[in-house]
Amino acid sequence: MKATVLVRPKHGILDPQGQAVENSLRHLGFAVGDARVGRLVELEVEADDAAEAHAQVERMCEQLLANPLIESYQIELEADA
Amino acid sequence: MSDEPGPRVAIAVFPGSNDDRDAQQALELLGADAVRVWHDTVELPDATGAVVLPGGFSFGDYLRCGAIARFSPIMGAITRFAGDGGLVLGICNGFQILTEAGLLPGVLRPNNSLSFVCRDVTLRIERSDTAFTARCCEERDLTIPVKHGEGCWFAEPDVVAELEARGQLLARFAPGQNPNGAVADVAGVINEDGNVFGLMPHPEHAIDPLLGSVDGGLILGSLVDAAKMSFAPPV
Repeated sequence: MKATVLVRPKHGILDPQGQAVENSLRHLGFAVGDARVGRLVELEVEADDAAEAHAQVERMCEQLLANPLIESYQIELEADA
Repeated sequence: MSDEPGPRVAIAVFPGSNDDRDAQQALELLGADAVRVWHDTVELPDATGAVVLPGGFSFGDYLRCGAIARFSPIMGAITRFAGDGGLVLGICNGFQILTEAGLLPGVLRPNNSLSFVCRDVTLRIERSDTAFTARCCEERDLTIPVKHGEGCWFAEPDVVAELEARGQLLARFAPGQNPNGAVADVAGVINEDGNVFGLMPHPEHAIDPLLGSVDGGLILGSLVDAAKMSFAPPV
């Protein structure tokens, strides 16, 4: 099963990378605001069903993929074609 | 006195550590028997009196600084050692590893400026009644270099207030010298039990007058003194 994990800087946490990207976009003439830069992790997970896969990926996020002090995460699952 | 062997200080070396030899040299100058230990070792050397996690870029700083190193086999031994009251000092990347491992509060984020900073700073040591700062007088200002891209210590305001009340914000950048945007100018944090300390500046780079300062010896020397006491040989 394919899993995609989106890791984002938590709401309210200063994101200097997002600010730098936003400034650069403004210099290019785009009217943008609130740019935030996170991380995307794609995984192939061995699991019998979506619930088990989700539980596994959640444990991965808690232990390694995200730091809950400053990051939130979102898990998306996609059954193999 | 001179025949007395120095206390053993184990320096954990991860793939990408790069200040381990400087730490070893500094600790040996201060009288320790400093041994470097590869990260896939599951036990600390016999008679280890203190552990140092050195600076560098363990595992390429992939994912987050220290996030992968915290799962190295040696970390199990270091966590048990710390749990038994053993002295652990994390410098820079070592500090990042200790926060990721949950041995110290907070997290180290990319510098607000997004720039790597490399310069001497004035470090204010808030207490001298710890194993890491006994050689520093109260409110002592030390000149020690920083060199990091991700040294911006962060914790939620209520956590910061608790740590401050308990005197755990042991080292701060002097007013106006915060190089990274750290909350409350925090440069170093000690755990509640007083045996685990993490510090962004590099005391091991400030032990020789040729390098501009010898103030780092006050911190590392305090650790060597304490390591000697914590592992008293049987009589």
